[in-house]
Amino acid sequence: MAITPPSNRLWWNEPIERVEIGWIVVAFLWGLFMFFFMIAWHFIGGQNLSTETYRITPAAYEQKVIDFAEKYQVGEEVGTPVVRPPVGEDVYLLARLWEWWPLLELKKDQSYRIHLSSLDWQHGFSLQPVNINISVHPGYEQIITLTPTQAGDFGIACNEYCGIGHHLMTGRIRVTE
Amino acid sequence: MTAIDASHSGLSATRAAFRTCRFTGLKVDIAAQRLIMANAVAAVVFLAVGGLMGLLVALTRWPAVHLLPSEWFYLVLTGHGANVLLFWIIFFEIAILYFASAVLLGSRIAAPKTAWAGFVLMVVGAILTNVAVFQGDSSVMFTSYPPMQAAPNFYLGLIVFAVGALIGVGIFFATLVVAHGEKTYEGSIPLVTFGALTAAIIAVFTLASGAIILIPTWLWSLGLIAEIDPLMYKVIWWGMGHSSQQINVAAHVSVWYAIGALTIGAKPLSEKVSRTAFLLYIFFLQLASAHHLLADPGMSATWKIVNTSYLMYLAVLGSLIHGLTVPGALEAAQRRNGFTKGAFEWLRKAPWGNPAFSGMFLSLVMFGFIGGISGVVLGTEQLNLLMHNTIYVPGHFHGTVVAGTTLAFMAMTYYVLPLIFQRDVIWPKLARWQPYLFGIGAGGISLFMMGAGTLGVPRRHWDMTLTDSMHPFDLPSGGFLMMGLNGMAAVIAAAGGILYILITVGTVLWGKRLDKGEAPLTFPLHKKAATVAEYGSHATVKLPGTIILVSIFFLSFVLYYFVNWKYLSEIWLLR
Repeated sequence: MAITPPSNRLWWNEPIERVEIGWIVVAFLWGLFMFFFMIAWHFIGGQNLSTETYRITPAAYEQKVIDFAEKYQVGEEVGTPVVRPPVGEDVYLLARLWEWWPLLELKKDQSYRIHLSSLDWQHGFSLQPVNINISVHPGYEQIITLTPTQAGDFGIACNEYCGIGHHLMTGRIRVTE
Repeated sequence: MTAIDASHSGLSATRAAFRTCRFTGLKVDIAAQRLIMANAVAAVVFLAVGGLMGLLVALTRWPAVHLLPSEWFYLVLTGHGANVLLFWIIFFEIAILYFASAVLLGSRIAAPKTAWAGFVLMVVGAILTNVAVFQGDSSVMFTSYPPMQAAPNFYLGLIVFAVGALIGVGIFFATLVVAHGEKTYEGSIPLVTFGALTAAIIAVFTLASGAIILIPTWLWSLGLIAEIDPLMYKVIWWGMGHSSQQINVAAHVSVWYAIGALTIGAKPLSEKVSRTAFLLYIFFLQLASAHHLLADPGMSATWKIVNTSYLMYLAVLGSLIHGLTVPGALEAAQRRNGFTKGAFEWLRKAPWGNPAFSGMFLSLVMFGFIGGISGVVLGTEQLNLLMHNTIYVPGHFHGTVVAGTTLAFMAMTYYVLPLIFQRDVIWPKLARWQPYLFGIGAGGISLFMMGAGTLGVPRRHWDMTLTDSMHPFDLPSGGFLMMGLNGMAAVIAAAGGILYILITVGTVLWGKRLDKGEAPLTFPLHKKAATVAEYGSHATVKLPGTIILVSIFFLSFVLYYFVNWKYLSEIWLLR
């Protein structure tokens, strides 16, 4: 029994049940498949998270985002600038307690290099209802190339707990045709 | 044996007092028994505290109820994580380690006084952290990601607790050495002890990771260190946070095997396969830290793929093997017990009225189907984007840690009570229902949170309506429905949890004493559990029922895996 020592002291010499061998082979091959499918998706898939990352101080990043927002601002909503960068331009978004800043307007089916970083604590970029979720750290500037494939208004929630105002933290990306 | 050896072991035998269990024939060291009792009692106390907090969290996230104000919600959620995920589970695991070493090997426990010191440290640490949480300035969540900072005692309590647990693990290793040296058993250690050894080895890695990151973080909270890099913290912290969940896996798989043996006399199909599966855990589970960094900057795709898959899914392979060998061992035992008709008579006529068996089987099924499959999908590099930090994540780990580990430990309790506390389980009718109630509730919360997460509902979030935010938007209405259902399932789980606490405490205080007289057990052991002489692997048996069950599992796994790739292929393009 499982709670007593094996009766056969040379238990490692015992033959293995056929059903066990069969399952081990199936499970091992399935594991290999899943492993190689992750690699394959980097070649065949359209959704892979970029790992391009730079060290940056929060103050330097804030300045970059402010410069970006001033350059391409087209309006304002509830005190937050609405920014429409030209197609192909680098786009900057910052996370801080408790907002995603600024609001963005992008064009459908165009690619943008989106920079993400936090000015204070860790935050979670959660684009809804698309459901793209990316962690945002202070001190690290991550750059992802994003191509919106739908038009409309998309909300950004924060899904990394960031203190008492965590549930108040939102932002927006508007995608136009 | 030389004369010196004999006198040495004679000496220790006078120091240790033993009793012989009249149900199993096992020789039980009284000092070990007391330690097991103390750790089990502490475990149940922290389960009660943490479980209640869990109910409050679920009731707050039920949109129609929205019970707690936001400050309290975040405070209680922090306490919930620490109390159930750390304190309840690790206290119970220390009890399992002492049981699997001293009791199963019929040995004295090594250095009982040191073991008590470890226990006291664990209690002090757990209380220190709880006090820090309730003082209100440590609502940083269980993960306590910097630069967000808790009060110094929050970290100090965790460090002290970890040191105490490490002492307990050391006592386990020392007891194995004592048992081996004093020849209290013949041949190899039992499979259950081997599983416990696996858990203990992983625990050393885990607790070391915890110390490496929590000690500097504590110094940082005291102002002695200027900065903790958030990314480095996450890598090392999850070396503790995720790997410690693998202690749970090794421990509850051991519990599955133990309960199978105790209730229906199950033997492993083959010792070699089951032990190799545990060995795979030791080799590969520690890579799991990567599961929490798949959507983070800084790590290369290669690093993510190699680590998140436990190097080509070799640790998952270990679990998949147990997924066949545990039900296989049960089927083989039941067929030997005479239930041979068709593919499933063995399962239909299993002792479903015995809460140890029903709890174990529900734990096995739900850990595999809910916790296991969702874990692999969530841990796939690209698929993680779809659910990272959504409430799908708590859904997954409630499937592993609540429906899997906690339910298995609850099931084991129905034998810890009579065999260690020597009290017969009271209220057998209620006890019969307890695992079903808790199991259905735990399965429900896991599935509904996973459902809500796929609809984008964020985790650790007080207000999913987002109405008070500057730029509000609506999350899908299906998400609200799921969170309501989750609240209802949590109420069911809480009912099962409260019942468990009542039965456990009631039995310890008022259960019929079994150490005197000849009274039988309310939930009997299988007759083979009393005959230590009969053991070893099964002769070849056909296992059609297990093959069908495992095939259903595998098809569900493959289907769910590809459904998620289809979802992923439909979102915005990212590179």
